[in-house]
This record gives sequence, C-alpha cells and structure tokens, in this order.
Amino acid sequence: MSTRHETKPGRRSLLTGLALAACLAAAPAMAAETALLNVSYDPTRELYRDINTAFAEYWKAKTGETVTVRASHGGSGSQARTVIDGVDADVVTLGIPSDIDAIAKLTKKIPADWRQRQPNEGLPYTSTVVFLVRKGNPKGIKDWDDLAKPDIKVITPNPKTSAGGRWNFLAAWGYAYTKDKDAEKANAFVGQLYKNVPVLDTGARGSTVTFAQRGLGDVLPAWENEAFLVFDEFGRDKFDIVVPPTSIYAEPPVALVDANVDRKGTRKQAEGYLAFLYTDQAQAIFAKHHYRPSKREAAKKEDLALLPEIKLFKIEDLQGNWDDIQKNFDNGGLFDQLSKAGR
Amino acid sequence: MSETLVPASFAAADRAAAPPASVVTEGGSVRWLLTGVAILFLALFLVLPLVTVFAQAFAKGFDAYLAAFREPDAWSAIRLTLTVAAIAVPFNLVFGVAASWAIAKFEFVGKSLLITLIDLPFSVSPVVSGLIYVLLFGSQGLFGVFLAEHGIQILFALPGIVLATIFVTFPFVARELIPLMQEQGTAEEEAALTLGASGFHTFLTVTLPNIRWGLLYSVLLCNARAMGEFGAVSVVSGHIRGLTNTIPLHVEILYNEYNFVAAFAVATVLAGLALVTLVIKSVLEWRYADELASGRAH
Amino acid sequence: MVETLRPRRRFRQPSVIPGFGLTFGYALTCLGLVVLLPLAALVARASGLGLSGILEVASDPRVASALKVSFGVSLVAALVASVFGFLVAWVLTRYRFPGRRLVDAVVDLPFALPTAVAGIALASLYAPNGLVGEQLEKIGIKAAYTPVGIFIAMVFIGLPFAVRTVQPLIAEIDKEIEEASATLGATRWRTLTRVVLPPLIPAVLTGFALAFARGVGEYGSIIFIAGNLPYVSEIAPLLIVIKLSEFDYGGAAAIATIMLAISFLTLLLINLIQAWSRRRFGYV
Repeated sequence: MSTRHETKPGRRSLLTGLALAACLAAAPAMAAETALLNVSYDPTRELYRDINTAFAEYWKAKTGETVTVRASHGGSGSQARTVIDGVDADVVTLGIPSDIDAIAKLTKKIPADWRQRQPNEGLPYTSTVVFLVRKGNPKGIKDWDDLAKPDIKVITPNPKTSAGGRWNFLAAWGYAYTKDKDAEKANAFVGQLYKNVPVLDTGARGSTVTFAQRGLGDVLPAWENEAFLVFDEFGRDKFDIVVPPTSIYAEPPVALVDANVDRKGTRKQAEGYLAFLYTDQAQAIFAKHHYRPSKREAAKKEDLALLPEIKLFKIEDLQGNWDDIQKNFDNGGLFDQLSKAGR
Repeated sequence: MSETLVPASFAAADRAAAPPASVVTEGGSVRWLLTGVAILFLALFLVLPLVTVFAQAFAKGFDAYLAAFREPDAWSAIRLTLTVAAIAVPFNLVFGVAASWAIAKFEFVGKSLLITLIDLPFSVSPVVSGLIYVLLFGSQGLFGVFLAEHGIQILFALPGIVLATIFVTFPFVARELIPLMQEQGTAEEEAALTLGASGFHTFLTVTLPNIRWGLLYSVLLCNARAMGEFGAVSVVSGHIRGLTNTIPLHVEILYNEYNFVAAFAVATVLAGLALVTLVIKSVLEWRYADELASGRAH
Repeated sequence: MVETLRPRRRFRQPSVIPGFGLTFGYALTCLGLVVLLPLAALVARASGLGLSGILEVASDPRVASALKVSFGVSLVAALVASVFGFLVAWVLTRYRFPGRRLVDAVVDLPFALPTAVAGIALASLYAPNGLVGEQLEKIGIKAAYTPVGIFIAMVFIGLPFAVRTVQPLIAEIDKEIEEASATLGATRWRTLTRVVLPPLIPAVLTGFALAFARGVGEYGSIIFIAGNLPYVSEIAPLLIVIKLSEFDYGGAAAIATIMLAISFLTLLLINLIQAWSRRRFGYV
C-alpha cells in the first residue's frame, strides 16, 4: 500500500479539494451598496419587510438614491447585546425601552436622551397584550385574574431574554397593582401566574410555536400583532382572541445609533428612515400589521376596527422610571425571587 | 491493494459472525432479541428525527418545498455556509496533519497534555465557543477598542463566523489522524529517508498515501460539523438577513416565522449533506476497513 | 531548523524523522491562537470576579440548578447511551443480518446532522401532539418540555460516541480466548462478564465520558425541546446565553469557566483511562 503509483489519487484529490476551497473562499461574499441595518426584535419580521421595501421606494423617489435596509431579528435583549458588542446597526427598533437604555449606558453609541429625539418618545407605534386562547375559549378566560387560577396553563416567554416576556410580566403586575395599589399583592399575583407556566421559551416566537404548533397551554398572552399573525398562519378556526378589560401600553421604541451612522456616513439615510416611520404611509403599514399607529388618522378604518379601545395603563406611571422597571428582571430581581419562591 | 483487501476483510467479518459453534456467541433467540432492540432503539432515536425532517419539508407538496429556495436569503445563507466551510476545513486539515505528524512520529514530554488541549473544543459547549470570541473581539472585549479604532469588523461578520467554526471543528482531523499515524509507526518513513528522500517528499509519497482515507473521512465529518454548527455561530453572527445568516441560522429564522415547510426544506439541505457524508464514509469504511480501523474510535 | 532542534532538546527523544520543529511549532501556534488565547480571555474575564465571585455565581440557586440539570441529565443520558451504544456495537460487529451496513451508517447520523435541525425535528416528534409524544402521553410520560426532552436530545447526540469507541475493540477481541473459556466449562454469560467485558471497560468509559462531555455542553438541539423552565429544565449553556442578553459578561464568563474546567477534567480523565488501558491491556 505504499507503492509509488498509489500516491497520486490521494494527492490529487487533496489538491483538487484545496483548489476548490480557494475558489469558493475567493468568491465575493458581500457587495458594496448603501445599506442600512435595522437591528430589531423578534416579532417584527413581517412588519419591517413591508416597511423596508416601502422605504426603499420612498427614498428613491425623494432623493434618487438606492438604499436597501437589512434587518436582523431575535430576542430584544440579545439583539441589544449584539449592538453593544459591535454590530453595525444604523437604527435599533427594539421591544422595550430598557434595551436601548442599556446600549446607551454601556457604549455611549446612543445619547442618553434618545427618547426625546424622536416624535412621541421614540414610539412610531405601540401595542398591547391580549390573550390568545383555544377555539371557543374552553377555560373561560376573560381577564388577568383567570391566568393565575390553578388549572390554567399559561405560555409566555422568559422575561430575562424576551421583551415580549417582560411586557407580559409587567402587564400582569400592573393589572394587579392598579386593582389594589399594593405592591406585595401584585408580586404574589405574578408569582402565582408564573407557577402556571409550563414552558419558558427564550423568545416570543418560540412561545407562539409552543402554543400554536405544539398545542401546549390554555392561553398565550401576546401582542395584538402576534395574536392576529397566529390567526393568519395557523388558521382562525383553531383560536380565539380574548381582549381583557385593561392591559398595558406596550412601548417598542426606535433610536438612531449615532456612533455607527457617523462612522459609516449614513446619518442622512438613517435619519430619513426613522422619519419615514412617522409618515402616513408607514403608519398605515403599522396598522395593517395590527400595531397601534401613533397617528390613527393615517390608518385604514378596517385595520383600526380590529384594535379595540381598552383601558391601557403605562408601566412608568406605576413603577417609576425604566431603570426601576428593569430591576425586576436583573439578577436577583423580582422575577428571580418569584421563580425561586415558586419552586 | 484494494482489490485483494476487500474480499479478505469480508472473509474476516464472516468468520467473526458466522457461528461455528454456540460457544462463542449467544443463542439464536437472544441474538434476534438483541438485534431487534438495537435496531428499534436506533430507529426511534436516530432515524425517526431524520425522516421527520423530510416528511415536514414535503408536507405541503413539492412546490411548497421548492418555494423555500426561491428566497434570495436562502441562497445567501447557503453561499455563506459554503464560504465558511471552505476556509475552516482546509485550515483544520493543515493543522490536523501537522499536529498528528508531530504527535504520532515523535516522542516528547507533555504529549498527553497537548492531545487533551487539542481535544478540548470537542467538549466545550458551542455557546462557550461563541462567547470566547465575543469576549475577545466584542466592543467590550479585550481587543474591542483596538479593532473599533482601526475599523476592523471581526464579530458579526465573516471572520467571526469562520473563527467560531474553526474552533468547534478544531479536533476533527487531528483526532482521526493521530491514532492512525501512531498505528503505522515510523518504519516506512525511516526507510524512505534512509534511501535519500527529502522530508517533504517522504511525507507526500509515503505518509500521505497511508493516511489518505482517514484524512478524507475526517475532512468529511469536519465539513459536516462546520456547515451545521448552530450554537457557536448564533452567538457571533448577529443574525443579519442576507448577510451573516448561515444555513442553520436561516432554518431557525424560518421556523420562527412559522414557515415550517420552508424551515424543514432548508434543513433538508443539511440533512442531505449529512446523508451524503454518511454514504461516502460508509463506502470508505467498507472498502478500506483495515486502513481506517484504528482511526474509528474518537 | 531540524538540525538545530534535534540535537539537544531534552524534552523530545531523538529521531531521524524530520519536521518536528515545523509541525510542532505550527500546531502549537494554531492551538495557541484558536483555542488557548480565546479560552484565556474567557478565564481572564471570569477571574476578574475573583474565585469568590465565581463561586458566588455558581452558588446562585438558579445557576446551581441549571448546572445540576446539565450535568445530572447528561450523566443519565450518557449512561443510557453507553448501555445501548454497547449493545448496538455488539450487534453490529458480532451478528450478521440484512441491512447491517445501513444500520452501521445510521449510527453516525448525529455526528453529521446539524444540532438545530435535530432540535426542531425532535421537538416536533416528541411534542404532545407529535408522532411519538402522543403515544408517550397516553402512557403518562411527558417528553418534550420536561427534563425527559433534554435527556432524549442528549442521548441522540451522545450515542455515536458510545458506539464508535467500543466497536473497533469488540471487532478485535480474540475469539480463541472465548473458545478457551467455553472449553473450560464457563457458561456464555460467565464468559461474557468475566472474559469479554473487562478489557472493553476502558473503551466503554471513554465513550461514556465523551457522550457526557458533549451532552453537558449541548445547546442547539436541546433548547427547542427542553421547556427552559428555571429550576426544572433550564440548562447551563442557555443560562450563559441569558446572562449575555442581560449584558452580564462576567456572569456568563463565570458559568462558562466552570463548565470549561469540568470539560477539561473529563477529557483529562479520558486520556488517563486510555493511558492506563494501554498499559494494562496493550491497546486503547
């Protein structure tokens, strides 16, 4: 087996392999173009696909420039982490203000007063938490109280990794607090509710799959857009949406990443992109995707009809500023204490 | 040599398996029971998941399956994955050959430690493999400030994905070749050297032919792992659509968009790669069983 | 370069084979840059917390329970993988049956199948409305979204290690010893347990340790099927990801360091077993 003529195939295949590898490696991986990067959170995939296409046309008509907007999606916290670690985001559109605060605090790439720099505190749209239940609502879920009842299984994502999970947590807490004005009682209520959670997915999307596709749980507290998306993707005949009498004013903010746009020279386009989010055209798209537009008059009537008037409370009004709110989810915070006590 | 070797190895296998007398094997019913249990176990734990991937991919027909590949994002994921593998695998190939030459052909102090260190990435959690590069090259990391000042992007771009992939596939080639080369000893190389061949020439004409099948085998496994790595790459990728999504990440994205058919359809690319890998590997094993025998255990 | 190295470098025994300096140097450089430097960065980051800081992270009940889940379930999974892996290896080398080679090829599937793909496939199979999950539900077993799900994923990825480490050794067993044992009047069971099995133990242990190490670190295939409940089905690698999204780099590094130390010890143990068996039985 060590005779000379047998060397060749081995060597040849090795060399061919290396040559092939070199060719592939040399193939251009990325082409140059004016590209903006929007680092967003999990459930906005469908939304920003529409927005980004519309913006490209809008910008082309307005300035003649070709701009493509790339999007990156994931759990809001881990998305913020990638921006902190150096993803070249021009704009961030995250699920909860504290995630943008974290970028501002840890990197100074975003100024601390970012919420004042956009209209409506950096909120081109808002949303609220409603309940997705099985068809016919067999467990008779009507309000937040029902979620803490013993025989109910609630599917919600981990508030540590998911902004949606944090909003659900805050909504439940805020509901209990507005009722009794007693923080201890509110804590106990939320603790009881989380005892009913059999699966804590890392992202809101994971929870929806668990509930809708895997058939686990009786109720999925979800943003309106997510609940309607489940209708569209999994069929209206399998689920119902229950709108509780009160719920939370969910605030997914947007911000410009100053340090990145200045380095890349994309400030003009990035600011144009954020401004575009507040135009009538974009506002109508938000409503079409079942988000609550900040300019209701820009949206179509039939889209607004699906977003009923309910009593919304702002979590800032109950728990003070966002630094305090975020402490619920920090290491050793309220969520940790509750899950420790729950076991 | 291959022509004569194959029947010989079959004969050996037959001798081993054919029961000359019941003293060296179990009774017929026990044999069937054990075989049945083993096959059932494998079917349940290994084959069924694979079948599921294909069943789900074609759940809504062939057109729905193909639709997943009309997305430009799918193609950019495939392109990125090929690029990453094309850099990571040759790197590990060269490293593996060099390391196993040094380890197998020489005796030196601290060899066990060196082998253990080479093995280390095997048992390091993929998440940790990603994390270490974040700690090194992230803006908050050791070289973060330096890289930012010089405008070098490692994390959330091709270099970071390549590095994480190299890390997780680091031991594959070396681990396969070390026992193989140890088994083969140094006599043939010494003979060639005595006859006046140069060191490099000896390697090409004596060592390489001896290890080629083991080498190919290990490159295949290395490649499959490189293309399929999820945890490590997911930490360093940034998940930018059309730019830094590899095939496994694209599968996850589609899955999270409730596009299950497309998710499993793209997954069949990787499952198909796995199957091709297994087929080539099995063919190699049947034909060159003896050459590979010592290298199988890793 | 070889000439300058060869003569009096004590740590290496002399040899006529060239290229030690080149290959050793190159291998060490790669190892240093790709593996050791990044791992050192990790340990450095964690040591910023000090030993007491690391211990504090580890003794946090949530972290402790995640480590317990990861190591505990992985231990059980590696045990099951070893038992069935041994059985599979035995059947594949000792018996002939139709489709044997196909079955043999199938064993390597988890090596080649990406973990994320395996994860979504396992989740859709073992979910309560999945093909297998439905049947298990009937007999009262909840598989997906419980530690059982973690166990299934870990057996999946660990099995090939268990099979492939013992298989070549079973093939090498000298039949004459078994014949001798049988001739001397031992029952088949006694021959197996007293003659055949003992030399295989190191290999079984190695396979067990490899499956264990892989299981402890596994992430991709588990998160889809685990349920990820704190104190119940949350694995340590997930906690690293969670710490990262909390921007707690020190905490992430601390958990990673603990896992790294245990991986390193496991591997060292494997190599010691192999060295021991080489002395004891003359092969690995």
